[in-house]
Amino acid sequence: MTNTLLLPTAPALRLARGVYVHIPFCLVHCPYCDFNAHAGMDDVKGPYVEALLKEIRAAADGAPVDTMFFGGGTPTELSPGELGRILRVLRESFEVAPDAEVAIEANPESTTRATFDGLLAAGFTRVSLGVQSLAPHVLKWLGRAHTPERARAALADAEAAGFDHVNADLIFGTPGESLEDWRASLEGVLATGVDHVSTYALQVEERTPLASWVARGLRQAPDDDDQADRYELAAGLLPAAGLERYEISNWAKPGAWSRHNLCYWTGGDYLGFGAGAHGHRHGRRSWNVSSPRTYVARSPAVEEGWEELPAAERAAEAAIVGLRLAGGLDRARFAEVWGMDPVVRWEGELREAAGLGLIRITEQAVALTERGFFLWGHVARSLLS
Amino acid sequence: MKDRSLVRAFSLIAHVDHGKSTLADRILQVCKAVPEREMREQYLDRMDLERERGITIKAQAIRLQYPAKDGKTYELNLIDTPGHVDFSYEVSRSLAACDGVILLVDAAQGIEAQTLANLYLAIEAGLEVIPAVNKIDLPAADPERVSAELSSLIGIDPGSVLRVSGKTGAGVVELLEEVIRRVPSPKGAPEDPTRALIFDSTYDNYRGVVSFVRVLDGELTARQKVKMMATGSLHELEEVGVFAPTMMPVKKLEAGDVGYAIPGVKNVREAKVGDTITDAARPADEPLHGYREPKPMVWAGLYPTDGDQYADLRDALDKLRLNDAAFVYEPETSQALGFGFRCGFLGLLHMDIVRERLEREFDLDLLITVPSVAYEVVRVTGEVISVHNPAEMPDPAAIQEIREPLAAAMIITPKEFLGTLMELCQERRGEMKEMHYLSEDRVEIRYHLPLAEMIVDFFDQLKSRTRGYGSLDYEAIGYRPEDLVKVEILLHGEPVDAFSSIVHKERAYTYGRKMVEKLRELVPRQMFDVAVQASIGSRIIARETIRARRKDVLAKCYGGDITRKRKLLEKQKAGKRRMKQVGSVEIPQEAFMAALRLDDKK
Repeated sequence: MTNTLLLPTAPALRLARGVYVHIPFCLVHCPYCDFNAHAGMDDVKGPYVEALLKEIRAAADGAPVDTMFFGGGTPTELSPGELGRILRVLRESFEVAPDAEVAIEANPESTTRATFDGLLAAGFTRVSLGVQSLAPHVLKWLGRAHTPERARAALADAEAAGFDHVNADLIFGTPGESLEDWRASLEGVLATGVDHVSTYALQVEERTPLASWVARGLRQAPDDDDQADRYELAAGLLPAAGLERYEISNWAKPGAWSRHNLCYWTGGDYLGFGAGAHGHRHGRRSWNVSSPRTYVARSPAVEEGWEELPAAERAAEAAIVGLRLAGGLDRARFAEVWGMDPVVRWEGELREAAGLGLIRITEQAVALTERGFFLWGHVARSLLS
Repeated sequence: MKDRSLVRAFSLIAHVDHGKSTLADRILQVCKAVPEREMREQYLDRMDLERERGITIKAQAIRLQYPAKDGKTYELNLIDTPGHVDFSYEVSRSLAACDGVILLVDAAQGIEAQTLANLYLAIEAGLEVIPAVNKIDLPAADPERVSAELSSLIGIDPGSVLRVSGKTGAGVVELLEEVIRRVPSPKGAPEDPTRALIFDSTYDNYRGVVSFVRVLDGELTARQKVKMMATGSLHELEEVGVFAPTMMPVKKLEAGDVGYAIPGVKNVREAKVGDTITDAARPADEPLHGYREPKPMVWAGLYPTDGDQYADLRDALDKLRLNDAAFVYEPETSQALGFGFRCGFLGLLHMDIVRERLEREFDLDLLITVPSVAYEVVRVTGEVISVHNPAEMPDPAAIQEIREPLAAAMIITPKEFLGTLMELCQERRGEMKEMHYLSEDRVEIRYHLPLAEMIVDFFDQLKSRTRGYGSLDYEAIGYRPEDLVKVEILLHGEPVDAFSSIVHKERAYTYGRKMVEKLRELVPRQMFDVAVQASIGSRIIARETIRARRKDVLAKCYGGDITRKRKLLEKQKAGKRRMKQVGSVEIPQEAFMAALRLDDKK
């Protein structure tokens, strides 16, 4: 039994503030991906960086920031030099903590040892690599541009460069992936010494090429039971290697949690810069126009919309998102932030979920059980009004 | 008083799709009854629904003036009849209002089951029968063969069978001349107490019920005080008139006339088809014979897909009942489907028509349960009850005997399909009664079949096994005791009333197995293992398990995604709200529909 006290819980009391920077460029667009990512837009990169810097400067308030995350797309489609320039402007605009986590996503195909050295020199402390799988046929099915060898080499290069933390992103349950393929992928990335692994069940997202292929019978859809088997395997294997699950899809060695992502799950504030980036401040959520060309064209007026939910809905959302954490909801803190103990507020719903064995309710916390992690959606829906 | 020797009343009878309505259009044209610019196809089929399905539901009677070759102008009363098995009683009433019939047969299809059924009704009514082959313009027409079939059937010279085309109008004048020559003019006694037969009725939103009548004796006048002999109710006629072809009031309808009467009632049940209208002050001693209560043969539960539409459904049924005397309903509650109505229909087509009218005219979205028949159940106490809803079947221990309705079916088929049809009837517990060849390659077979076996998918099977060439007619002929049991379907231990069915004991296992397998596929996995069981009383006869769901998760949920993920969850939740709840098991509406669907082609 895991000691839940060591695992992160939600909500956070002292709200940290994070910065998210979106770099929407990719070498190829993967058919399953529904993120705001675009291939073949090299001509936009230069103007995009300028528009991005303009947006950051306009938001400058000199207030504290303790995590920064460059996501994509593939941020490493920009050079370490350009990325470093963006970081510098961020440091000029906000009071970035000396021990801030500065993370960046990278793909094996667009990185070399020199890339990682450059990123480290620019000030990044954490790198997250989109490995996805170490089985060649799975990478092919997913339409990825790299080979297993390149993925292993990229992980080794990142480790050697000397980042504080290195994460490997993995996708499981791809049709054609055997349980052994999955085990080999997990063991393969662990062997490179990473201290963080994210494992994502392959999802057929709406409005992706994959979705239309599946609809037309050209591709098989992933199977729920297969994915559950893969998830169980990960849940046995990763902790045995010292990586504890702290969120449904995230596993880390002690101290290697993604602090930036914890900011999302614990209800923290964050500033979002770049095309389609979302920001959150005291319950107000805003987002930018998603097309990179439109983002450049409209700069600096790039905000597209915002929402501010009523308190009751915000509380439900906080509970739903917070429940993704292995430590679950801290009842006392939740009551302090949202005015009511979640077990009082959603008594019927939570008791029912507990009866089904999906969650465990203790004096201190409400948290998913081992079985409940992969059935989070059921609990989440029940808390929505 | 007019010259009754110049009056004819006749009807067109035919198998469905043999071109009756088109021929009626031509007759209207020959008699110049409708200005050319108002003429449209199937003029007499008033309702949109009828036009689209190409069948006639409501009989109509129109008065035409026909200038005959002998120089005299005759008054023709053309009575259109419905052409489907479900409405054979309506057909028989229409025929009772006639003095002769034109028996119309498609030149390509030949004699079909309803051709025969209608012919027998006409012969029973003692009517003059004028056989005619229609659609001779078709490339596939074979009037020689069809005339030969008709001649051997009725025992006439094949040369005397008329040939017409409703499409081109060929032979229509000759046909009308034959009507003048062979159909007798009306009998009946103008001086006797009034006796008028209601052979059909319709409903008008402003005038109320409009009864179609044939005056046999005496006369009907506006303001006359009349009595309905079967119901005993008294009314004052607001109006009498004829269809020429639209409603035209007249002072009176005399013996022999066909027309309409408006009794000033708001419900067709107060002026029933088959009833005899007589004068209230000077009533006839005896009603015209043949009145029969319309008896629903097929029952099914009708539920609104959206529970909020219950009141709308009730209003719609009330309105529908006003002009459909054969349709009955009563409120019913199903723990799985909520509040709805158990409805009785004359047959499957009638059920389809009612459902379609409800959905189309009243904009309702309906769920309909598997149809069943009405059983007679003898309790151990000796009491006999009628059970038309499987959910109401008493406990097996309280039952002494169950009797099921039996139907006499007549099937006509090209001989190459005989084997497969006999197999079908065998599977449906049929007993062959008779078989004979109508011609070298067409066979008529007669079976006694449990009605219950005919109401689910029998007609479709017959059609597909004969590539559309087979035809069917049937009538209910009473009850017989059978070894029947009620099979219940349980989900997670809870019986699902909508899936209960009364089946023959030998079929119980097959039925249970089939339902259980179907549900295992259709019911989505829940958070726990769900047993799907079929049972007779407390004995389980089949079981499948729906394994608990193991995945229900969104793999990624980060800052930029939270709004989108929440909306996705909300959408999923809205989907779950529309689900039907059986105990703790949630079943999507579509799965229910699919499980209830009649065709089990799987």
